[in-house]
Parts: sequence; structure tokens; C-alpha cells
Amino acid sequence: MKTTYREACREALRDALTRDDRVFLMGEDVGAYGGCFAVSLGLLEEFGPERVRDTPLSESAFVGAGIGAALGGLRPVVEIMTVNFSLLALDQILNNAATLLHMSGGQLNVPLVIRMTTGAGRQLAAQHSHSLEGWYAHIPGLRILAPATLEDARGMLWTALQDPDPVLLFEHGTLYGMSGELDDDAGPVDIDRAAVRRPGTDVTVVAYGGTLGTALDAADDLAGTGIDAEVIDLRTLRPLDMPTVLGSVARTHRLVVVDEGWRSGSLSAEIAARVAEEALYELDAPIERVCTAEVPIPYAKHLEEAALPRRDDVVAAARRAVG
Amino acid sequence: MSVPNAAASPRAKERTELLRQMVRIRRFEERCVELYSAAEIRGFMHLYIGEEAIAAGVLQALDPGDAVVSTYREHGHALARGVPMDAVLAEMYGRTSGCSRGRGGSMHLFDASRRFYGGNAIVGGGLPIATGLALADKMRHRPTVTACLFGDGAVAEGEFHECLNLAALWRLPVLFCCENNMYAMGTALARSHAATDLALRASSYGIPSWPVDAMDALAVADAANRAVESIRGGSGPCFLELRTYRFRAHSMYDPERYRAAAEVEHWKELDPIPRLIARLRAEDGFTDDDVAAIEAEAESEIAAAITAAEAGPLEPVEDLTRFVYSEQR
Ligand SMILES: Cc1ncc(C[n+]2csc(CCOP(=O)(O)OP(=O)(O)O)c2C)c(N)n1
Repeated sequence: MKTTYREACREALRDALTRDDRVFLMGEDVGAYGGCFAVSLGLLEEFGPERVRDTPLSESAFVGAGIGAALGGLRPVVEIMTVNFSLLALDQILNNAATLLHMSGGQLNVPLVIRMTTGAGRQLAAQHSHSLEGWYAHIPGLRILAPATLEDARGMLWTALQDPDPVLLFEHGTLYGMSGELDDDAGPVDIDRAAVRRPGTDVTVVAYGGTLGTALDAADDLAGTGIDAEVIDLRTLRPLDMPTVLGSVARTHRLVVVDEGWRSGSLSAEIAARVAEEALYELDAPIERVCTAEVPIPYAKHLEEAALPRRDDVVAAARRAVG
Repeated sequence: MSVPNAAASPRAKERTELLRQMVRIRRFEERCVELYSAAEIRGFMHLYIGEEAIAAGVLQALDPGDAVVSTYREHGHALARGVPMDAVLAEMYGRTSGCSRGRGGSMHLFDASRRFYGGNAIVGGGLPIATGLALADKMRHRPTVTACLFGDGAVAEGEFHECLNLAALWRLPVLFCCENNMYAMGTALARSHAATDLALRASSYGIPSWPVDAMDALAVADAANRAVESIRGGSGPCFLELRTYRFRAHSMYDPERYRAAAEVEHWKELDPIPRLIARLRAEDGFTDDDVAAIEAEAESEIAAAITAAEAGPLEPVEDLTRFVYSEQR
């Protein structure tokens, strides 16, 4: 069937609300408004205000309430409009959701799912455009997912809800309109493994979320010039599936990492470090990274484009690696 | 251990139980100071001495199925909730037998089986969790109450206001218990709050709120019983402003430069333990023997807890990274 990423996210929510009466959705404008990205449009009418719950503008309170509700036996899905606003709930996410299991010596599970949008590309300027999922991937106790395809948008939520630990799902804001074919019977997906989205032999390009499309486009360009790129979609940013990345590097001997986070201290830095630690002698060229410029994302279109990892930047990086 | 005269009437029994809880908390913490000085226990340790009437009075109002969310000053709450003293002390010793397997320490006591959800060292951090526990109970139609204990310092945090609004809006079964000991570390309430009547501030959210003399265990118990009854009746949250005082420093590191010795002495005269004993003597035929029996019981419980804690094994270092993620998915 033909569908969009937005509809796939909505279908995942509808499916979860139908299958398990402990599941409920809570967040700002998820109900009457239909979700500020229209993801939850129609769910209020279908499931009622108990289970599709509009909250006040109180990120810390409703994220923390999600933690409490999870402790109380429910399976909350909490939506934060964008990762930028999640910082107002960072205390609850980091100091409670991520730590309670450990601090309680294994007694308190927090089976909570938090969804939020991330990323730039819509001229929303600095306070609505940052990619901070790499920060969250720094935190032990959290599982971090970044669905980049229709299958993952449809399937990751249910798998996440089965997880006894807190899971953060990052939906890239530019992906909602992406359309394509999805199997009618598409369902839950594995959230432990990265995926090879395009096999290739000359260079490994690692991407995730919003940068997967950029990497695949770049791979098309490279194919035109005789370079066969393998594109890996990380899918899960924590814990990282390094065997898939290392396996690819062992075949191609070259690595480009594409990350919409800032380069310093980023997820790309972590991947580069791990490949250097574990597979240095597989490499035939220095590791290349294509990241966001070290600047708050500007509003003006040309400046925003210049700040973000672009298709041409990935092509150039791959060409340097292949030499 | 039996307490002869005092067990005579049901009322006397309840009052004796309040006293028993206060005495065991007080004596436990006095021993903790010694153990701390002897470096048997470490970390930040915050004593509850002077405030015991709250733990005793509030927690007696709850049923075993109710939930409790606490702060870093929670030894008294944990003990009054029934977390075994052995497990509390072993936690402070950092042993496997501790109620958090040595990963929490004094500030992070947990006991899932007693619905005791911490132990939280972030001021205000427990309020959203309590709100969510109450939300779960309400959505599952359980007749349960969540008691959330926090200090006056938390009232200045945004989370306090976010949660009171949310709990009132959704009529959640939460008992907000503000332990107003008039100081947040060294900062007096009047130096940090534009409006110091905390019950009034809570009532601005449409939440029934009462100030309570929390140096009087009977007054605390009465107020808590009344509030819990109202919450179970479906009225939504209640707020108790429990006016109390800590006799000791904020933590073991506090040189206490911010308040006068005379002020502390004044409050010590209101000590809730002798005060309750006087009431029991006057109204319930309580005798010296009754007091001695309660003291002896507390002493032997503490002695046994120390022996058990010292004998408790340390969690193997190989298990360092356990409980970061669940072992079963
Ligand atoms: C969010 C946060 N800010 C600061 C601190 C440091 N701190 C620990 S206790 C405390 C005072 C809290 O006072 P209050 O809430 O009145 O509780 P009390 O210690 O009097 O029981 C402060 C500032 C903290 N733990 N958490």
C-alpha cells in the first residue's frame, strides 16, 4: 500500500492503542489539535481523551508522569514536540528514567516510550532545528531509536513498547512527508540491529534518521562515477550495533560517517573511535566525517543548507576515502 | 514486644504506634551519626531528627497498596513504610543486602514490594513521578493513593507548579506532603520565596490544602487521615503543609552558619517525641515502663541491623554493570 512516514507513525500508534489497553499517548496537542505534526490526527476521536491525553506545557511534569505511570503498570507513549523542548524534561529523562532500574538494584523497571522530532531542514532556526539524539545516546539506561524508513516508522513503536526499559524514538521532522510503498502486513521490527540499506564494495557510508536519504542519494551519485558505496542505517543509536558496521568496514576498508549532530563529541565521533579501536588495520584511508557545521542552525535557507550535511559533502568525503 | 498499659484501647494503640515509629527513627539516625563518624557509612547523609512526626503520622494513614515517593532525607519515610531496618542500614553500608543492592546509598532507598519509590536526590524530582503513579491508579480504577513527600525548597522549582496543576486538572489521587522545615540547606524560606504561605499557594491550584503543626504527631495523623479519606473519595489531590524543624544540620557537611543556636533550642523544646509521651501519659495511662519498652525495642532492632549490615556481603564487582538495562527483554 502507498503511505507516508507520518501515516506509518500514526498507524503504529493506532495499532499499539488497539492491542494493549495499558498503552496511552500523552503530550502537548496530541489530542484536539491532532498532533503538531498531525501524527495523532483522529486518534482522540477513536480512543477518547483518557488514552489520547492533551497535557499542559509542562515537559518535566508530563514526562515524569510518564515515568510514574510506567512504574504504576501502564505503557505510556509520551510525545515531546521537538527534541529542543525535551531539555526541559532532561532531568526526568536522565536522572529518573535512565537511573531508576540501576539505583533500585534492579527493582524498578521504567517501560516508557518517548517520541520526539529532531533535526533541521525547514528553516525553523536554532531553537527548533537541533539534532540532540547523540546526547541521549550518551546515556546508559536508555535505548535510542531513529526510524529512517516507512517500515521502521511503522514497526519500531510496538517493539519499543515491549521493552522493559525506557526507549526514546527520534522522528526526523523532514521525513513525515516521505511517501512510498509499505507492505499491508508490515508489523514490529527488530530494534537491535543496524541495516544494510544498499550493499556495496568500495566504501561504507554510515547514516541514520534524516541523513539516511542524503547518504543513499550520495551513493547514487557515486555509482555514476564508478564508486560502489555500501550504506548502513544505524537505526538504533544506543546500544550501537558495531558488528554490522565493522563487518562492512572489513569488506570495503573505507568509512564515511554522516551525522546531523555537531562534529565535536558527536555520535560520529563515537563510531569513528570504535572503528579505530577495533578495526584500525582494516582501514585503507582515514575515516571521514560529514557533520553539521559548528554553529546554531541559522534561519536563512542558504545558510541552513550550508550548515547541514549535504549530498555533495558525502560524495566528496567518499571520493577522498577511495582516493 | 508488648507494651502493657498503652495497648488498652484502640486509640492508645494507634498513638503508641506513632511513638514507636518516631523513637525507632530517632534512635536509628542517632546511631547513623556514630557510624558515619566511624566511616562505616559515607556519602551525603541527611538526618530527619526533629521531623519524625511527619513520617509516623503520614504513613500510618496509608494502606499497603498505596505508593510513597520520597526525597534524599528519607530514612524516616522508609522505616515508617516498613522497609526493614536491616535493608536500609545495609544499603548505607553499600552491601548487596541493602534495599538497593548498594547502588543507592542513603539518598536512594527503594523497595518495590512496599511501593516505596525512592529516595530522590533531585529537589522536586519526585513530584512528576508521584503524579504519574496516581495517573496510573486512576486510569486502572484502583482505589489507591500516592503520598509524595518533599521539602519547602521544592516549592520554588517549576516542577512543583507543573505537577500541582496537572494533578488538580486531572483530579489525581496524590497526597502532596510539603515538609516545611523553613530552610532549603542554608536558605530560609523568607529569603527565597516571595510568598511564604505554602498552603495558600497550593490552594491557588484549587487543591484542598491545610497547614499542620508537624511537631505534633497526632495533628499530622489527623490531617493525613482526613486528606487520604478525601482523596479515596475521588476529590483529587490534597496538600499538607507540614510545619516542622530539623534539629540537626542539613547534611553531615553543613557547618550551619545560617541560623542561630537559640532558634534551634527553641524548636527543640517542641520536640514531637516528649510531646507525644506527655499526651500519652495524661490521656492514655502511659507509664515509664511503656517508654522504656519502646526504647529497648528500638535499641535491639538497631543492634541487630548493625550486625546484619556488617555481615552483609559486597556486591561482586563483576556485577557492576548489572541493572543498567533489564536482564529479560
Ligand atoms: C534540583 C536540585 N537543586 C539543588 C540541589 C542541592 N540541594 C540538595 S538539598 C537542597 C535543599 C532542599 O531543601 P528542601 O527542599 O526544603 O528540603 P530539606 O532539605 O529541608 O528537607 C539543595 C538546594 C539538589 N539536590 N537538586
